[in-house]
Amino acid sequence: MTMFTIAGSPHIHGDDSTKKIMYGVVIAMVPAMLVSIYYFDFNAIRVLLLAVISSLFFEWLIQKYLIKGPVTITDGSALVTGILLAFNVPTNLPGWMVIVGALVAIGMAKMSFGGLGKNIFNPALVARVFLLISFPVEMTSWPKPMPITKGFFADVITGPTPLGLVKEGLRAGESISKLQSELPGYVDYLIGQMGGSMGEVSAIALILGGIYMLWKKIITWEIPVSILVTVFVFSGILWLVNPEKYIDPVFHLLTGGLLLGALFMATDMVTSPMTRGGQLLFGFGIGLLTILIRIWGAYPEGVSFAILLMNAAVPLINRGFKPRRFGAKPGVQLGS
Amino acid sequence: MCFAEKCLLNEIIRKSIVVDNIIIIAVIALGGLGLVSAVILFFVAKKFKVFEDPKIDEVEEALPSANCGGCGYPGCRAFAEAAVKAAKENHSLEGLNCPVGGNEVMQTVGQLLGIEVEQQEPLIAVVRCNGSYANSPGKVKYEGVSSCAFTHALFTGEGGCQYGCLGHGDCVDACDFDAIHMNPETGLPVVNDKCTACGACVEACPRDIIELRKKGPKDRRIFVSCVNKEKGGPAKKNCAVACIGCGKCEKVCKFDAITITSFLAYIDFNKCTLCRKCVEVCPTDAIWEVNFKPRKPKPLEPEGSVARKTVVAKPADAEKVKSAEEKPKPEDKH
Amino acid sequence: MGVLKTFVLGGVHPEENKLSSNVPIEALPVPEQAIVPLGQNLGAPSKPVVSKGDKVKTGQLIAEAGGFISANIHSPVSGTVLKIDNVVDMTGFRRPGIVIKTEGDEWDESIDRSDDLITEVDYSAEEIIEKIKQAGIVGMGGATFPTYVKLMPPPGKKADHVIINGVECEPYLTSDHRLMLEKGQEIIIGTKILMKALKVAQAIIGIESNKPDAINHLTELTKNEENIKVVPLKVKYPQGGEKQLIKAVLNREVPSGKLPIEVGCVVQNVGTTFAVYEAVQKNKPLFERVVTVTGKSVKKPSNFLARIGTPISKLVDAAEGLPDDTGKIIGGGPMMGKALPSLDVPVVKGASGILLMREQESHRKPESPCIRCSKCTNVCPMGLEPFLLAKASKIGKYDIAENEKVMDCIECGSCQYICPASIPLLDYLRLGKNKVGNIIRNRKKK
Repeated sequence: MTMFTIAGSPHIHGDDSTKKIMYGVVIAMVPAMLVSIYYFDFNAIRVLLLAVISSLFFEWLIQKYLIKGPVTITDGSALVTGILLAFNVPTNLPGWMVIVGALVAIGMAKMSFGGLGKNIFNPALVARVFLLISFPVEMTSWPKPMPITKGFFADVITGPTPLGLVKEGLRAGESISKLQSELPGYVDYLIGQMGGSMGEVSAIALILGGIYMLWKKIITWEIPVSILVTVFVFSGILWLVNPEKYIDPVFHLLTGGLLLGALFMATDMVTSPMTRGGQLLFGFGIGLLTILIRIWGAYPEGVSFAILLMNAAVPLINRGFKPRRFGAKPGVQLGS
Repeated sequence: MCFAEKCLLNEIIRKSIVVDNIIIIAVIALGGLGLVSAVILFFVAKKFKVFEDPKIDEVEEALPSANCGGCGYPGCRAFAEAAVKAAKENHSLEGLNCPVGGNEVMQTVGQLLGIEVEQQEPLIAVVRCNGSYANSPGKVKYEGVSSCAFTHALFTGEGGCQYGCLGHGDCVDACDFDAIHMNPETGLPVVNDKCTACGACVEACPRDIIELRKKGPKDRRIFVSCVNKEKGGPAKKNCAVACIGCGKCEKVCKFDAITITSFLAYIDFNKCTLCRKCVEVCPTDAIWEVNFKPRKPKPLEPEGSVARKTVVAKPADAEKVKSAEEKPKPEDKH
Repeated sequence: MGVLKTFVLGGVHPEENKLSSNVPIEALPVPEQAIVPLGQNLGAPSKPVVSKGDKVKTGQLIAEAGGFISANIHSPVSGTVLKIDNVVDMTGFRRPGIVIKTEGDEWDESIDRSDDLITEVDYSAEEIIEKIKQAGIVGMGGATFPTYVKLMPPPGKKADHVIINGVECEPYLTSDHRLMLEKGQEIIIGTKILMKALKVAQAIIGIESNKPDAINHLTELTKNEENIKVVPLKVKYPQGGEKQLIKAVLNREVPSGKLPIEVGCVVQNVGTTFAVYEAVQKNKPLFERVVTVTGKSVKKPSNFLARIGTPISKLVDAAEGLPDDTGKIIGGGPMMGKALPSLDVPVVKGASGILLMREQESHRKPESPCIRCSKCTNVCPMGLEPFLLAKASKIGKYDIAENEKVMDCIECGSCQYICPASIPLLDYLRLGKNKVGNIIRNRKKK
């Protein structure tokens, strides 16, 4: 005779699972992955594979031998971290640095906090910043995108990102209008014809992934929209004030890691606020910090730092922003 | 190297030249701040000094500082305050007892406060359910959080007995002394001799299965290991060793120690003389004897079988003491 | 149809699986023995007024209310009282009850057994409430709160709307749906009776749009009734919750910790409304109810009109037996129902359905770490943060749980349903509610 099961209600469960969410993110990253393979050919595949395999390996190693707990590398979270790490480094980064990055991401930023769900900072971003500070030269010499059609294993020419160009040019006292002639055009930013880290080059591919995640309800609109709007408005105001000193807002939106950060890194569930209000504030903070760093900071790119800084503020934001409680609305209370 | 990094580096080098000045300024600023704060703190401490009876500190020193709450006060400090207050106002420590420290500690506290303290009988937590996996086999399977408080409200328990142990170990979680553990073979908690009778497990058990009973001479105890208030039939249906309320033990007891209420026998540990007659007559083996010399193979408590050196007052004395402050426990707590 | 009304905060949409929505209500034969638990309602259990060996008729009072919040119980069969003893109730606990051996089916003379529809309500509000109280009617959606208490607003409070709950948002269950289709006229008259009892001018019948036939039927019947409105609602769980329903139909929010009367509403389930009709117009006390027997492997998912006290095994037999692959028996719907330990439990006043779940459906998914996706917060219809409350309850921080309004939780299970990490959130929330409830009670005592 079968024994009946006793459990508290509810007795049915939706078909959502952590795995589904994680693999959904992976699917959303496929367009950007394809674009980077198109432009950076073999190197993109090399960095991608190295980052993913070493992330999975370190997660397995730590779970099995350090924590001695269940091994959960199939849940997809290490895979996502690995791909994001690859997306965040130049494709000509030496292999061992990618592996160090994976170790920092998984070991330092994720497992040392207690594993999935407990980390405060986005693991891939911690790794990126770690690499950027440790190996500034390697991390800031980006290969020029070279369509795969021009031959495999073509010689890699490195050059700065558009953001780097602008910053350098402004420091040297050049005006925006002069710089703009040296920069690639907006169409290039959209399709990915610009220097940059592996995953951040093509705006269209990233937006496609973002739309997929929104459709699959993996992310909500609040964080990406608030980041992008803040960046647009803030940089727009500066541009209106002095278009010769500050570059236009569309440039800010499309270049650098902004779209990658807004759609894939800031929306990381673990390290973002829980309520709508909190998410809007979080996005606003990231947008503001990004432009502050980009324009007045030492680095040409500020998305990673902005997201990490706001990550640190998440517990505080969660405390301050509570969902609207049912029955707490003033005005409807008759009597009492 | 990127232009930006170069800039950063230059800046750092430039700043290191002025670093000496910075250190001197910092030392002066911090030192001054410290001095000002110290002066303020000194006056504040003077002005707002609260007088506390130094005896409170002495009493607290004597307590085991387990902060278990077994005495009914939130921590040892609160107990010490209450003791000093009681000594000052009533000149007695009645109603105040540190179960963890036991007699020794209470005597010391009494001496400190100059008050005679009556001897207390040492108690121990006793688990009054034997519905192990074998005795009360599972009829359904439970899935969900491991919490007795939750499952108690949800269903009767896997074995089907609505009075029996749920086996999720709320008592184990409540224990601060590592004195109660789940036995994985039976699914029941077992108390070891680290028990201080603080009563935390008694509170934690949603089914009132755990009781503080007299530790007994040489740790010998006899108790009914069942709290099922059902008639014999339904009780037996769920558990092979349930008390069926047959009354045999009540009849055989010469000391009026056993009473039966709602089909459940209860042994008053103040009246029980440990004659072991009831154990023999129990048809369902619901009455347990613990730490006796084996007369025939009987279920023994696995742990705590070693006789301890703790000196226990003679049963006769103990009875006098006990009956003075503790009325026989009514079984029907519900 | 334009934009359908619904409540704003949270909600989920589980697979509906209304397998028995086209099966007409079938009256089940009288059981050989009726097991009538005395604690069938929220509040105090009833006190028996018969003793062993007494002859009783169907509909005769056998236990009277044991307090203000309590209800009368009437014999569901005619025969001899076999014993008054502990019986297994719906949750498997043995609690006091009355067992009656059936001999024939002789009804109490005062009950009008004809099928005539009595449309005129010739009773005063007080008479209606008294009749409902005598008939032992309780909320039949599952909460089993004595109905007459709801009809007597506390001093200073005044109702302006009666809301009839025809939402039936629980998946699988169809008893209310069938009742609306087959007893529509009676429900309308019942609604009028409730309006009269509460002296209100407006009534709203809320029905989810997955029951278009019921919506059409009742709309047709209320064509000439200006004061009774049928409101179709968007399908969203837990719309059947009182507070959610009021929000959906009237856009009023019951304040935290308060009852619907605070915003001038009284909500009654359609099953209750039908029972009110029978009690007032036909003098028939509550001793039978419609119970859905369903499940994916059940051969004949059905809606039965069963006497209270019928063992649910009889209902399952009538639905062509217990499927071999049954892994879990649920009393009620899959979202809020209780898992039953066996089929030997009786039908009670609050039993809306028996759901037999397949073995493969009846287990929880393994729990994994919380990824802070905030889905639980987004679906909570009360605007709570289930992840936080569950964590606080788990580690015993009941003060946090209390401050974060754990007592507002309506235990709808949406959070646990949606959780991608399959964390038993509601288990922990119930634990927290239990402990916080005790803490509050103790505090009030002091």
